[in-house]
Amino acid sequence: MTKQLSLSKEQLIKIYDLMVKARVTEERLIHIYKQGLGYFWIGGPGEEAFAVPLGLLIDKGRGINKDWLYLHYRGLPTLIAMGLSMKEAFRTVLNKATDQSSGGRNFVNHYSLPQWNVAPVTSVIGVQYSMAIGTAYAQSRTKDSKSLTVVTGGDAGSHEGDFATCLIWSSRPKKELPLLITVQNNQWGISTSYANQHGSKSIADRARAFQIESYVIDGNDPVESYHQLSQAIQNIRKNRRPVFIEAKVSRLYGHSSASGANYVKEEECCVKKFESFLIKEKLLTKKQSEEIWFNYKEEAKKTQREVMKEEDPQGNTIWNYIYDKGENADWRKF
Amino acid sequence: MATMVQGIRMALHYGERHLDLKDIFGQDAGPPLGGVFTATQGLKTAWNTPLDERGIVGTAIGIAMTGQRCVGEIQFADYIFNTIDLLKLAGNNLWCSHGQFPLPLVLMTPSGAGIHGSIYHSHSFDSWAVRLAGWKVVCPSNALDAYGLMISAILDPNPVLYLKPKALLRVKSKDKIPGEPEDEKELKKRIDAPIGSARENWKPNWPLLQEYKVPIGKGKIVQEGEDLTLISFGRSFYLCEQAIKNLKDVSVELIDLRSLYPYDWKLIKSSFQKTRRALIVNEDTEVANFAEHLAYRMVQEGFYHLLAPPSVLSGKQVPGVGLNPNLESATVPQVSDIQKEIQKLIADSW
Repeated sequence: MTKQLSLSKEQLIKIYDLMVKARVTEERLIHIYKQGLGYFWIGGPGEEAFAVPLGLLIDKGRGINKDWLYLHYRGLPTLIAMGLSMKEAFRTVLNKATDQSSGGRNFVNHYSLPQWNVAPVTSVIGVQYSMAIGTAYAQSRTKDSKSLTVVTGGDAGSHEGDFATCLIWSSRPKKELPLLITVQNNQWGISTSYANQHGSKSIADRARAFQIESYVIDGNDPVESYHQLSQAIQNIRKNRRPVFIEAKVSRLYGHSSASGANYVKEEECCVKKFESFLIKEKLLTKKQSEEIWFNYKEEAKKTQREVMKEEDPQGNTIWNYIYDKGENADWRKF
Repeated sequence: MATMVQGIRMALHYGERHLDLKDIFGQDAGPPLGGVFTATQGLKTAWNTPLDERGIVGTAIGIAMTGQRCVGEIQFADYIFNTIDLLKLAGNNLWCSHGQFPLPLVLMTPSGAGIHGSIYHSHSFDSWAVRLAGWKVVCPSNALDAYGLMISAILDPNPVLYLKPKALLRVKSKDKIPGEPEDEKELKKRIDAPIGSARENWKPNWPLLQEYKVPIGKGKIVQEGEDLTLISFGRSFYLCEQAIKNLKDVSVELIDLRSLYPYDWKLIKSSFQKTRRALIVNEDTEVANFAEHLAYRMVQEGFYHLLAPPSVLSGKQVPGVGLNPNLESATVPQVSDIQKEIQKLIADSW
């Protein structure tokens, strides 16, 4: 754990608190799936130490002058840090009509939140790297704007051509984009290991080839993540150039429910590690940590019960929102 | 009169000047070339991209996500295939986000045969395109419609795929574009870039253009008739016009569909119910062709009106359009094929 404690005690506890909240939320999502109430689970337990600091550093809001996020489907901890409620998360796994992101159409943890410039998360691996450049481009020509676009993805996603697209388009001479490009490297693409597929030493090396300022960091260390992200974001706001960060993270419950969604003991748990660190440094007591876990678990149980009572979407709504402003898209009615 | 490509260029200029169109981009879309067919020549907001179709479509989505209008170009429809999942995503962005993220983007691409473009510069994309729910798909057959459809596409809050019939891009209009100079030589002088080094400091002198919209979803009866409804769009429509010019003893009602999705069913239905025969012509490959959907619907909704089975004339189900003229003409419908099919439909009527 990074010893450089330039973060205040309050900041450290806040990060820890949000990491626990994100973990409890994810574990409850898995629980809901295993109760047979959801059809699928995929998410970000193991990425909290990187994703929570990211969420805290975002200048959140709506419009071109606020930051934009192109997240992968493991981005819940970032959104929890930005203020997403457990309720919104549970609505996705229970595919409720009340789910703001998709009204019960899309998978769990596929968020779409225009109030915070969170572009729709897709199941298609890597495409967010191509889309993010368009938004960063629009920001780049917005006068006096300090806003940036953040794109996240996994190491397997970096195999896709869209990742190369992102590196090429964001680093064109004199047309550099205010884009924070990140890869959360958990060493796996479902069942295929990183080691078997990458000839390069690091993914960051690929970004360096485009003269993009690049870092490889311990994504299981929230303090290191906070500092590196903070520095990168400040650089982008000021210099309007891309920065690349490869964060080494864990995948604590496997790929998804398709691979069982069971806890993987061999992986390092960033929340427990950070908790031990805070207790050892006397910034947190054991009792306090237990209370935080207990309170979030109780909130999760209560919230699940509430969301389960909410309405399901109706079949006759499938034609809604194919075209904007209520325009008909059903050929039977042309 | 303006050519189709001049019409498209003028519409794009109108868009960047009056409709808050902020970006027009693609491989070679910016200066010095202004597009391989010159559709983007002299435009203030046109810029060159890397040779990367996925980047072009992804960038269009990313710009549109912020609410800003843009027009991206894929240099030939043959090269759009590696973006198909991004096209699917653009089409479902609004739906997946439960109405929260409309994408006001236009993607334009030259499509179809007719210039001896061989295997990778002749393919059509219309039947693939109409399966991409959430998109609107248009294809003009003349310069005025090209102008009006582009303006409508720019203004539309949804993704619009604008198919440019490449063989018609140099064809002159029969109708004047609003604001176009009377003398076509003057138009050329004002908006076509000179060849060679003179291009370096060249700037267009745009005419004072006016807004003219062709509503997306509306077709047009170009010729009224009594015996058969002939439906087409783009280059095939042009061939249909040629085919019926000297056709004797058959009164053909000719419809230019202009929009493939949404399509003008009311117009189609009222026409074939009157003529009781219908032929639909396009160049895309024949299996699961878009025209089959229209023919199916004619049978479902008009079976008892019909004097003959509705017919479809389209590209052969082969992997490409061969270079030699004999191969190309054997692959996509020709004027003589259209004439024969019309005669067959008349002869085969019950």
